[in-house]
Amino acid sequence: MTEVAYRDALRLALSDAMAADEAVVLIGEEVGLYGGAYGVTKGLLDRFGANRVIDTPISEPGIVGAAIGAAMTGLRPVAEIMYVDFVGMVMDQLANQAAKSRYMFGGQIGVPMVLRTQGGTGRSAAAQHSQSLEAWIMHTPGLRLAMPGTVSDAYHLLRDALRQPDPVVFIEHKSLYTMKGEIGDSPDAPWGSPAIRRAGQDLTIATYSRMLHETLKAADALAADVSVEVVDLRCLNPMDDSVLMDSVRRTGRCLIVTEAVTTASVSSEIAARVTEQCFDWLEEPPLRLGGEDIPIPVSPALERASIPDAVLIEEVARWLVTREAPTWAA
Amino acid sequence: MTLVNDAALHRYRTMRRIRSFEERVGEMFLKGETAGSMLHLSIGEEAVVGLTDHMTDGDTFTTHHRGHGVFLARGADPMRMLAEIGGRDVGYCRGKGGSMHIADRGLGHLGANAIVGGGIPHIVGAGITARNTGSGAISVAFFGDGAMGQGILYEAMNMAALWKLPVVFCCVNNQYGMGTRVDRAAGKQDFPARADAFGLRAARADGADVEAVQETARAIVDGARDGQPGFLEIDAYRFHGHARMDKSPYRTPEEEATGRKRDPLATARTALDDDATLDTIDADANAEMDRAMAGAIAATAPASATMFEDVYDPTTAAPQPQRARLAAVLGERP
Repeated sequence: MTEVAYRDALRLALSDAMAADEAVVLIGEEVGLYGGAYGVTKGLLDRFGANRVIDTPISEPGIVGAAIGAAMTGLRPVAEIMYVDFVGMVMDQLANQAAKSRYMFGGQIGVPMVLRTQGGTGRSAAAQHSQSLEAWIMHTPGLRLAMPGTVSDAYHLLRDALRQPDPVVFIEHKSLYTMKGEIGDSPDAPWGSPAIRRAGQDLTIATYSRMLHETLKAADALAADVSVEVVDLRCLNPMDDSVLMDSVRRTGRCLIVTEAVTTASVSSEIAARVTEQCFDWLEEPPLRLGGEDIPIPVSPALERASIPDAVLIEEVARWLVTREAPTWAA
Repeated sequence: MTLVNDAALHRYRTMRRIRSFEERVGEMFLKGETAGSMLHLSIGEEAVVGLTDHMTDGDTFTTHHRGHGVFLARGADPMRMLAEIGGRDVGYCRGKGGSMHIADRGLGHLGANAIVGGGIPHIVGAGITARNTGSGAISVAFFGDGAMGQGILYEAMNMAALWKLPVVFCCVNNQYGMGTRVDRAAGKQDFPARADAFGLRAARADGADVEAVQETARAIVDGARDGQPGFLEIDAYRFHGHARMDKSPYRTPEEEATGRKRDPLATARTALDDDATLDTIDADANAEMDRAMAGAIAATAPASATMFEDVYDPTTAAPQPQRARLAAVLGERP
């Protein structure tokens, strides 16, 4: 099987879905003529035409609002917000409108739309173009949330997202667009279920998106001393957490690694669930490792230092399991 | 009786039903039978009928929080509306939405909204659907003068004009955004000029005269069906306070007395020469709304387990009730 880039897998998912269903339309800034800020939608305007690949003015709330109305009336829109940081612009349409319409209207009117966006660090894009805001989404009942960390998930999770009857926020990672990999014949796990990316006995590390790869590097480096099981959460909502809890009950330890800040975060949520569900199996309290509680700085040196990397994950995992403190803790 | 008069009589009847309905909403509140007091009456704004008259099956619309009248004019069952306003199980939204979130997909109502301007961009999407499917439907957003201060309106108007969508923006200007009179909220009050600047066909009509609204709305709606999006301002006066509890201390009795003279029902009566059938229409409307109120009050509250339904599509898992989670956590402990 040939390897493709993450962004090519995303494009293939969109074009396959659009070929299969005329109701699927793309709407967003620069999705057409420009081909997407990161090249994901390149060529789709030529193939599917301007009625289905809709370039918009710079009007994020209007983009999401229009997608909602289209979804309510029978289309299956994929709205694109170029950077997840702009989600603050659209929070009314997303959290008050898309998320709540089905409920407020007694189940009559669903909003089957996907909001594609991307987040994270890695391009010195600074404080307003580099955040990891998944907790903002996860905190709102009615929204679904998926974050692909692999090329195969980029394809299959997006296809799955486009089959959901409710709004899905789909957050890609800007530093993964050029990553190469194979698209599997089928998804690595069902929609809503985590995937175990590496089996191990001593420690479960729960992670997702780009941190999956830093975690896998750390697990390799630890292999001689600590056997790490790596659980890729993939879908943060809905999340069938039984795969994760089974893992933690086997290993007795859980470290959660995210690029997002830890305060009131996805990692807080996972730590709470692990504590509630695995307390009697735990050798140690669940531990969180995330981005520093600061805005993202522009300097590459500062940016890199503000989020975990494989070395830090390795140090913290070793400390947690073997009590061997890293040099910075001395 | 001429055909013109038949149509005018029909508009009068619809307006009378709206007013009678809104009066029952007030009564239900006093009886303690409404779900809360966030009840925004559209008395004085019944001339929206002049626009809804041009809408047809398949057309869709969104409204603001003061949208009871629009929904009734589009064919709503007043009993199910009042049941929803009372939080009852037979309400349009099974008692989950209430006055501010009433909707009915079958009648094209894509939802009333409690975020000022929140439902406006949805007609842009409905317009894209109509364009892509060739349905011929139009979509109309109803909102108040308060929404003229919201950025989302201007994003939506620009998109509608840019893409030549079959949509109409209808501003029911009742002079007040809650307690703030429009001259304290807008530096220049020429709202059609704003819409015109975006490329919409824009007009203002006298909300005290439903026939004038109907006449002006025709060109706006016809234009929308031909891909020329429109904007209609209906110039009206909010007869009562913002919500049921508001006694409007921010406006003078003199202003209210003058404002309430701009009564579309009274204007229509005069125009119809106080036709004898009007009294029958009034009596019928009152009797209909009395029956609707009695039916709504007699309806039962939703079963508490239904609170977990409709968050997500029923083909997917519903949220886990908290007691179930706690039982799973504590039940497993030795």
